[in-house]
Amino acid sequence: MRISALILQRIAWLVPTLAGLVAVVFFISRVIPADPVSKLAGETASRAQIELLRQKLGLDRPLLVQLVDYYRQLLSGDLGTSLFTTRPVWDDLFARLPATIELTVAAMIIAVVLGIPLGVVSALYRNTIIDHVLRIVTVAGLAVASFWLALLMQLFFSMDLGWLPLQARITGFPPPSITGFYVIDALLEGNFTRLRNVLAHLTLPAFTLAFPALATVVRFTRAGVLETLQKNFVVYQRAMGIPSGLIVWKYVLRNSLISTVTQIGLLFGILLAGTVVIETVFQWPGIGAYAFEAILQSDYAAVMGFTVYAGVVFGIVNLLVDISHAVLDPRGTGA
Amino acid sequence: MAFATFSIRGSDVLAPGDNLLDVENLRVSFGTERGVAKVLDGVNLTIRRGEIMGLVGESGCGKTTLARAILGILPGNAQHEAGSIRFHGDDLLKMPRGRVDDQIRGRRITFIPQDPFASFNPLFRIGSQVREVMKWKSPRRPESAGRGMFGFFSRYPRARRKADEADAVEMMRTVQIPRADEAFDKLPHEFSGGQRQRLMIALALMPQPDLVIADEPTTALDVTIQAQILKLLKRLVKERGVSVLFTTHDLSTAYEICDRITVMYAGQEVEMAPVDDFFQRPSHPYTVRLLESLPKPGRELREIGGEIPGLINPPAGCRFHPRCSHATEICRIDRPATTSVSAAHDLRCYHPVGTTVLA
Amino acid sequence: MKTALDVLRKLLHDPAAAAGLLIILLLILTAIFAPQLSTHPEAIWDMNPRQRLLPPSEMYVFGTDRMGADIYSRILFGARITMVIASVAVGVALLIGVPIGLISGWTQNWLGEALMRVSDIFLAVPQIVLAIAISQTLGPSIENVILALSITYWPWFTRLVHAEVRSLKNETFIEAAIALGVPTWRIILLHVLPNVASPIIVRTSIGMGFTILTASALGFLGLGAPPPAPEWGRMIAESREFLPEAWWYALAPGLAIFLVVMGFNLLGDGLRDVLDPRIRRAGARR
Repeated sequence: MRISALILQRIAWLVPTLAGLVAVVFFISRVIPADPVSKLAGETASRAQIELLRQKLGLDRPLLVQLVDYYRQLLSGDLGTSLFTTRPVWDDLFARLPATIELTVAAMIIAVVLGIPLGVVSALYRNTIIDHVLRIVTVAGLAVASFWLALLMQLFFSMDLGWLPLQARITGFPPPSITGFYVIDALLEGNFTRLRNVLAHLTLPAFTLAFPALATVVRFTRAGVLETLQKNFVVYQRAMGIPSGLIVWKYVLRNSLISTVTQIGLLFGILLAGTVVIETVFQWPGIGAYAFEAILQSDYAAVMGFTVYAGVVFGIVNLLVDISHAVLDPRGTGA
Repeated sequence: MAFATFSIRGSDVLAPGDNLLDVENLRVSFGTERGVAKVLDGVNLTIRRGEIMGLVGESGCGKTTLARAILGILPGNAQHEAGSIRFHGDDLLKMPRGRVDDQIRGRRITFIPQDPFASFNPLFRIGSQVREVMKWKSPRRPESAGRGMFGFFSRYPRARRKADEADAVEMMRTVQIPRADEAFDKLPHEFSGGQRQRLMIALALMPQPDLVIADEPTTALDVTIQAQILKLLKRLVKERGVSVLFTTHDLSTAYEICDRITVMYAGQEVEMAPVDDFFQRPSHPYTVRLLESLPKPGRELREIGGEIPGLINPPAGCRFHPRCSHATEICRIDRPATTSVSAAHDLRCYHPVGTTVLA
Repeated sequence: MKTALDVLRKLLHDPAAAAGLLIILLLILTAIFAPQLSTHPEAIWDMNPRQRLLPPSEMYVFGTDRMGADIYSRILFGARITMVIASVAVGVALLIGVPIGLISGWTQNWLGEALMRVSDIFLAVPQIVLAIAISQTLGPSIENVILALSITYWPWFTRLVHAEVRSLKNETFIEAAIALGVPTWRIILLHVLPNVASPIIVRTSIGMGFTILTASALGFLGLGAPPPAPEWGRMIAESREFLPEAWWYALAPGLAIFLVVMGFNLLGDGLRDVLDPRIRRAGARR
């Protein structure tokens, strides 16, 4: 199907899905007998005061009315006001977005740039020592709790060896903000000391975040390459004496890339899920850390805002994956 | 399109009657989970210049393995246990790998696969795949041209590229691809099966090889297309004086196109004869039964009793002996050596059918 | 149809899968026999300020935590929490997800589509994001964690079953059964279900691993069982402020999580290889 039709169909689907998502969280938070209002009011509040607060917050109205109201609110771009920062949630999220994007992109690059070649090598040297080592490492990589890995990395590389900084995005003042991405801003500024500083700070969080994604990429690439190597066009090219390096790295890789690209949606999910924990451990001032603080503060509006943001971002990424899938496979979708 | 060039190099010069390809006592086995399969048991095969040799046998007889052994693309678990494969007098098994990869495979010996559907990479345009073959295998390519790093970073001079492309388009016209000049931009799935096989023939002939190995090239095609392809292939190779090793399990196809036929059974070659001799005076019990099993109107179907043996513990001696009504003790112990039934008609049997065996 | 014994035998031939099986057995035994196996069974909730943050020694195998309790014993008891959370959450997800998948895969009408759309809602964000949102509004407790995890995991079973049922419907033997007039419920129960059992089993094992990781992440974030429950994720969170000196505090619970998840992953991989090497991975690997 044509790309424009695909985009429209996907967007048309995204809206009800997100609406459903919001509704689910909304209802759960209201239906399960845990009264948020009395928690808000505090332990010393009297019954009358709790009821007053409830009316003030509009929480005494029928659930559906509350839900519709929330939708109206969302559609006008208002994600609510953070109980903690007292700023609109949207503003808070937006301010922290560049940090998370920078981290996620770095992790994605690591996962893909390292993962694909390793996967190919693992397939080519199937059942040799290299392959066995890689397979053990990837299985382990998927079994490790990312927050634990983060702590271990901090312990080892930062506290013990002192090679890399412990946390945050930079020591000292950030580069003049043009894009909000410190790496790019430092490059644009031409300040290489600051650039090195920024990159050093980025290293540990990015690698830790990338770890499960890297393991996944290696596994999928390996499987894809192994499968493609069986195909008849590979036999044909070997029979006609095409250099084997070309066969593998130009032709086989291209064919297995289709399935790898499909995995990027999955990868992104892994990375997105990981940001909450990784940003918390490394004190990376992004959206994940924001979500954690919101949890600590029982800041419902902020957590809901984070959930909606995650839904939108995830939906967009999946859309992009579908588009690139259609582009990469000239046989057309569904071939 | 130029005819086959006879390069003059020492061992290259063949006197009439010399063999282009001489496989001698080739023994190949495969390591599998269940044991070692002795797939080729001392096979002899000769192909002369300009002749179409048919390699006939049922599935599993080893004909594809033999074809791949000649090309040098056996899978990793294959073991060469004995024998030689002489091409222009040089043993391919003893040649340095690099030279075989670069000079022989795809250049002097080319390949037409069985499955034209899956043998093209579905994601790359035909033009790009043809160009890739010509980049490495065009007759214009000097022998000194390097392979770069794993095939990357090697040069394809513009002049040669243009000339190669022109030749490619010309070749595609010769094999009757419609609108040959536009074909380059198309993807493989835009061509029919028959067209793709014709492209394969073109690709096999463009490097101006001495030998084309065609592995059951018509099996995957519709019957009506099969005849077309066979006719085309025969005409083109005869025009160019190119030899062909044509494997098939279909005797009628072999009859159409081959000059000589070698029959294989369970990893052993059993009879080799010019095509007319083969059909009129078959001498090996297996060949006889094979020909008899072809359906004939007015006659009930005849089958060959018994089953093809497994290759992990094959019968000793002549592997056909369990199903052969002529078999005696010696057949079970020693594989018969090659004997001549008549001129150019060889046999490996102690008890041939009909004719007396000439020493 | 392979019998359970066949499967077990083949599994034991694969060293990785056998190791996984062993680990899980150890986990179950540990959870059951925690009181017998631990060195300080009564003391896991102790407040013993004089013994806080002691390094590993003969008496305290993994050292003590900030309260002075023995970490080794806490980990053993934590195995119970882990097992309960994981098994119930995955079990509930299975019980919800499989029937929905069967229905949506089988019916050709709007119901099937609608059910898939509903499952899409729960897949709109990564599992942990939704689990956070749910747990946070409900408050930290084991039950809420189980609820959050099962609500977010059932769609994986649904998708798997849906895809399998859809493709099975095209199989000739199912068409034959329908043509013979066999009632639908019988077809589903006797013909379809046994065939989807294999992918479900594999997914269950791998799902246990991922659920444990998510559950411990929730614990790390403070959304799991409240203190002083010896939940592994929470123990790691507690250890943060005492690094790098009290390194054992962070290491031990993390190793426990790693080992257990490894076990389930290895077992899951092994089961996949044994039960059906051709199993298509419906959707993603999780």
